[in-house]
Amino acid sequence: MASINVENVGKIYTGGVRAVSGIELDIADGEFIVLVGPSGCGKSTLLRMIAGLESISEGEVKIGPRVVNNVEPADRDIAMVFQNYALYPHMTVKQNLEYGLKNRKTPREEIDTRVAEAARMLEIGQYLERKPKALSGGQRQRVAMGRAIVRKPAVFLFDEPLSNLDAKLRVSMRGEIKRLQRRLGTTSIYVTHDQLEAMTLADRLVVLNGGKIEQVGAPLEVYHAPASTFVASFIGSPAMNLVKAELHGDRLAIGPAMIDLKGFAPTSGAVTVGMRAEDLRLVEAGDNALPFRLEYAEELGSQRLVHGTVGDQSVTAAVSPETPLTPEMSFTIDPRRLHFFDKETGKRLAGGIPAEARLAPVEPVI
Amino acid sequence: MVENRPFLNFLTHLVLILGIATVVFPVYLAFIASTRGPTEFMSGLVPLTPGDHFLDNYGTLLGAGSTRAGTLPFLSMLGNSLIMAVLVAVGKIAISIISAFAIVYFRFPGRVIAFWLIFMTLMLPIEVRILPTYKVIADLGMLNSYSGLVIPVIASATATFLFRQFFLTIPEEMMEAARVDGAGPMKFFWDILLPLSRTNIAALFIIMFIFGWNQYLWPLLITTEPQYYTVVMGIKRLAAVLDGDTQWNLVMTGVILAALPPVLVIIFMQRLFVKGLVETEK
Repeated sequence: MASINVENVGKIYTGGVRAVSGIELDIADGEFIVLVGPSGCGKSTLLRMIAGLESISEGEVKIGPRVVNNVEPADRDIAMVFQNYALYPHMTVKQNLEYGLKNRKTPREEIDTRVAEAARMLEIGQYLERKPKALSGGQRQRVAMGRAIVRKPAVFLFDEPLSNLDAKLRVSMRGEIKRLQRRLGTTSIYVTHDQLEAMTLADRLVVLNGGKIEQVGAPLEVYHAPASTFVASFIGSPAMNLVKAELHGDRLAIGPAMIDLKGFAPTSGAVTVGMRAEDLRLVEAGDNALPFRLEYAEELGSQRLVHGTVGDQSVTAAVSPETPLTPEMSFTIDPRRLHFFDKETGKRLAGGIPAEARLAPVEPVI
Repeated sequence: MVENRPFLNFLTHLVLILGIATVVFPVYLAFIASTRGPTEFMSGLVPLTPGDHFLDNYGTLLGAGSTRAGTLPFLSMLGNSLIMAVLVAVGKIAISIISAFAIVYFRFPGRVIAFWLIFMTLMLPIEVRILPTYKVIADLGMLNSYSGLVIPVIASATATFLFRQFFLTIPEEMMEAARVDGAGPMKFFWDILLPLSRTNIAALFIIMFIFGWNQYLWPLLITTEPQYYTVVMGIKRLAAVLDGDTQWNLVMTGVILAALPPVLVIIFMQRLFVKGLVETEK
C-alpha cells in the first residue's frame, strides 16, 4: 500500500528525443489510475519510469515517502504485468509464481501459502504443474497476474495487459482485474490505448498526448467535460463530433444552420464546437436544426450510428434502431450539451453539463 | 505432396537408396578392411565380406600400437583427442555464451565495436593465423601441453554470434520481469538465459566437439612428444610408413576408431537436441 507522487517528471532519450515532459501526478493509496493515449504518447515510458525499467531524466518519482529515482525495480516494492506476459517458458506455473519470492529469500512455508492463495483467487490451481506453453492466452494472463499478486507489492503496474486477448476474454479479464484490485486495495497504474478499457477500469483517468498530460479526472468528468479537442476526440466511442462554428451573440452558426443558445454562449467569434453523437436529437427541419445529409449508417443493435455531413463537415449521430433512414435528416442539440473549444489551441472554453448534474435527468430547454 | 503414384514412390526410394549407398559404402569398406589380415590387400582385390582379424586388429591398435609404424597405443591418442575435443567444446560454449550475454544485455562503451571485432574474426580460419599463434604459444612455453592444444582454438566467433542472435529473440520483457522479480544480472543468466539456451548449447556442443576432434594441423604443429598425439595425427602416422608397405588393415581400424566417438556424441546429443526442440516455447 502506498501513494505515488510524480513530480515534474520528464524523459529524454539519448539523441535528445523527448518522450515525456513535465508530468505532475499524485496518486492516492489504493487508487486505480489508468494512463491512456494513442501510441507514442509516452504512457508506457511513464509507467516504465515508475517501474524503474527506464531511467528518469528529470523530476522525481516517490513511492510512499521514498524517492525511488535511483532504486532498482526489485527494491521499489512494485509488481508488473507485461503485455506479452513475459512468463518464464522453462518453468512451471508454480515456479513462475515462486521465482520473485525465492529471490527475496521468503521462507518456504510463506511461499507455499501465498502461491496457494493466489492460485485460489485466480482459479489457476489445476495448472500449477504445467508449463506456460500448455496454457491458453487467458490462463497465461492469469498466471502473469498471479506472479504480481504473490509478491504483495505496494503498487501494481499493468502495461497493456489485455491487448493480446480476444475481445470477449478482454471484457471478462477487465472485470476480473477491477474486482481483484478492489479486493486487494493495492494502488494500481494501468496503461492502455483502449479508451473503453480506460473508462471502465479507472478511478481516475490520465489522458496523455505527445508526452504531456492533457487531462486528469474521473472517467465521467473526462467524458462530460473534456479539457481539449484531443481528449474530446479520444475518449468516447463514437468520437465526439468537432465542427468549426461561429458565435454571433447568442446564436451559433454551424455551416448554414443557426442554433439559439438560450443564454449559454461562452464567448464570441470563431470556435470549435463539440457534440456527442448521443446528444444529437432527431427533429423536423426548421429553426435550431442542423440539416444533415446521410452518407452511411452503422448498426450496433442497441442503436444506429448515422454518418453524414452538416454543411461540409462530417458529423455522426446516434439514433434509435427504429429510426427510418432518409437522405436528408435534421438534428438539434440542447445548448447545455455543446462543448466549446478554442479554435487555435483546442483548449476547452466552456459548455457541457457537469458530471454530477448529468446523473439526474436534464429537462430539455428546447 | 501426398501423391500415391507407384512409379514416383519407386523413383524416390531408388534415389534415396543410391544416395545412402554412396555415403555408406566407403565406411563399410573401411570396416571390412579393419577386420582383415595385413596381407589381404596386396592382391589388388578389395574384399567385401568381413574377415576374421577383427579382434587382432583392434586389440593391437588399442593395446600396443602399430610396431611397424611406431605409433603409441591408440587408446592414449583417443584419450588425448577426447580431452582436446571436450575442452574445446565446453570452453568455446562457456566463453561465447558469456560474451554474447555481455554484448546483448549490457550497455558499455565500445559494445558495438566489440561485437564487430568478434564478428569479423568469423572470416579468419585457424590456418590464417597459425604461424603467429605458434610463435605466441612457443614463447609461452606451451608446446607439448594440453593447454597449448586447447587455448588457441577455444574462442569462437561463430558460437558468440549464434548465441547473440538467440538472445536477441528472447523478448526484452523477460529480462525486465526478472529484474522486477529481484533477479540480478548473473541470476537472470543462470536461472533464465541458460535453461532457455539448452537446445542451442546442445547443437553447438555437437558442432564444436567435432571441430575439436578433427583438428589436425594445429596438433601436428605443436606436439612433438607422442604422449600428446591426437588420433587424427595417429592415422596419418599409421598411413605414412617410411619403409615397407602400409598396413591398410590397421589404418582402417584406426579410422573406424577415430570416427566412433563423434558418432556417439551425435547419437547421444541428438536425443537431447530433439527433446529440447519439443519442449521449448514455440
